[in-house]
Amino acid sequence: MKNFRSLLATPYFTSLVTVALLVVLFAMGSIAYDGFFSVQVVLNLLIDNAFLLVIGIGMTFVILSGGIDLSVGSVLALTTMISAYLLQSWHWHPLLVIVCVLALGGLFGAAMGVLIHFFKLQPFIVTLAGMFLARGLCYLISINSITIDDPLFVTMSQTRLELGLGDAFVSPSVVIAVLMLALAIYLAHYTRFGRAVYAVGGNEQSALLMGLPVGRTKVAIYAFSGFCAALAGVLFSFYMLSGYGLHAQGTELDAIAAVVIGGTLLTGGYGYVAGTLTGVLILGVIQTLIAFDGTLSSWWTKIVIGVLLFVFCLAQRLMSLGAAKAADANGAAAAVKPSVQAA
Amino acid sequence: MSASMNSNLVSNHNTSSDVAANRLRRVLFHPLSRPLGALAVLLLIDFFMIPGFFRIEMKDGHLYGSVIDIVNRAAPLMLAALGMTLVIATRGIDISVGAVVAISGTIAAMLIGGTMVVNNGVPEYVSNIPMGWALAAALGVALLCGAWNGLLVATLGLQPIIATLILMVAGRGLAQLLTDGQIITVYYKPFFYLGSGYLWGLPFSLFIVAGMFVVLALLMRKTALGLFIQSVGINPVASRLAGIRTAALIFFVYIFCSLCAGLAGLMISANIKSADANNAGLLLELDAILAVTLGGTSLAGGKFSLVGSVIGALIIQALTYTIYSLGVPPEVNMVVKSVVVFLVCLSQSPEFRRLRLFKPAGSGH
Repeated sequence: MKNFRSLLATPYFTSLVTVALLVVLFAMGSIAYDGFFSVQVVLNLLIDNAFLLVIGIGMTFVILSGGIDLSVGSVLALTTMISAYLLQSWHWHPLLVIVCVLALGGLFGAAMGVLIHFFKLQPFIVTLAGMFLARGLCYLISINSITIDDPLFVTMSQTRLELGLGDAFVSPSVVIAVLMLALAIYLAHYTRFGRAVYAVGGNEQSALLMGLPVGRTKVAIYAFSGFCAALAGVLFSFYMLSGYGLHAQGTELDAIAAVVIGGTLLTGGYGYVAGTLTGVLILGVIQTLIAFDGTLSSWWTKIVIGVLLFVFCLAQRLMSLGAAKAADANGAAAAVKPSVQAA
Repeated sequence: MSASMNSNLVSNHNTSSDVAANRLRRVLFHPLSRPLGALAVLLLIDFFMIPGFFRIEMKDGHLYGSVIDIVNRAAPLMLAALGMTLVIATRGIDISVGAVVAISGTIAAMLIGGTMVVNNGVPEYVSNIPMGWALAAALGVALLCGAWNGLLVATLGLQPIIATLILMVAGRGLAQLLTDGQIITVYYKPFFYLGSGYLWGLPFSLFIVAGMFVVLALLMRKTALGLFIQSVGINPVASRLAGIRTAALIFFVYIFCSLCAGLAGLMISANIKSADANNAGLLLELDAILAVTLGGTSLAGGKFSLVGSVIGALIIQALTYTIYSLGVPPEVNMVVKSVVVFLVCLSQSPEFRRLRLFKPAGSGH
């Protein structure tokens, strides 16, 4: 029993469970449906969810710091809209457009970070307003969908990068998303910024007393999330070849779900960026399973995601309760010493 | 804010104007003055920009007019905001309101259904099961939803936003599953009364809201419940140690919020004479939270104002109405709403107030 509890308390445990769940889901699909067990199905998971992965990466940092960002889906839509408008109406060079929208996304996030940190506003309400603002700005540009026919975007959309495994291929978006993931893992685990993010999420007061730049870190986190949302928007416009205000509605919830399923604690300070990849893939496998089945309707995706969210939140809660109990037991043992009590 | 006001008053040695200024200050800094002021400004804009805005006519024994229209349309939002107020007062949040609206509307519409039967040349509307039972079933399911949220938040101790996120995602899926993604049309007249009926010349939905408000206000003011809810919001641990049954209270609050949402769902589906599981109540939770914030209730929990939330809901509906009637593209609505939220939040932030008041204090030197 004690061994089991210590296993539960290991940081890798939730990540292992998610990976196991992913394998089980994939195995179920492979047994149930012909043609499910193939490299291309796995790669398609990445191709279809590259944008979600990028958003999830940004969201992971926000949630690690104990905040939340509800604006990402709308920022994605706004990015597709602005790119489409600049490309089609103003005929800007596509690379310039991409740089512009990425900078805009970062600025948008940074502005929300400033409001959250310097005016002590709740992240929930600020990013909620940000969500309304970005969606509204989409409609200010146009209420219709704008098709993108820029050669670079079309190339990015249609290029197939062969992997040398039969005729398996990925899209350039997947490469960008995976590079982003690598960068995020480096940022989170090997830089001063990453350590500050974990420290702020663990306990903001302590982080401040330790002399960490809490304000700068928080603004940077939201700026990073905004940048990721904008990058996801660029990938999404490669994928859809259009800009539309209704794109990616509810993506913020998918992203939060992916992060939670990936094992990051919503209270902040604990989790892995790589876990988000697992979370995104699990969401993708569920969608693929439902698509392969053919008789199940799309709303089953929502129901299954809801159930998964519940199970993972429950598991997280039980885990932290177990940890608290263990800490209590230790505390009781330590309290015998008067010096500790005084501390 | 009061600091600068004091400094202004000290420089003014006339006592009679002191009293007057005190009275003015009490009015100005009453918690409801800001939402009421915002509503007044909106109505003033309407008065000048929209001809005949305040004209109310009597037609077929009903009152007609823009103001009545705004109040009638704001009814579901007011209900949802009332429930949300209590949840926010306990430091919680309920983002499953929209999903509960979809579920309760769907269940009521499916159970009532209704067909027109011609009996001896007289068309009669027949419901699948008696309407009372259908409404009770819909509200019962809403109660279950609330109990689920309450269980997750109060018993398991999940973060409110995530606990209710589960129902927000899965709930709409369940409603779509029930209707198979189709819109269910209702053919049963008595049901429509809930959404578009009139009693003594006023919209019937208004009486539901008023009834709910009076019951709630009495519960909060005449019993200790209001005090308990505030104390839980201000300091949950201290309240528990003081002997308040915190978990039971939080559980009750989520059930009540879902019940309000369920009732709002019935109103919405009665108003559009159908149930649309895909779109009914979409983003209603956000509007409800916005209404509560506009009404002066802090998202940090504690003090709350029911009247404020009702005024907040009216502000949102009046804003929507104004934007539509001014001929501004309705899409601008979202931008305006977000700017309003930013402004309201900033005005509630002590850091921002200090920043703004720094200048007058400096210029006084």
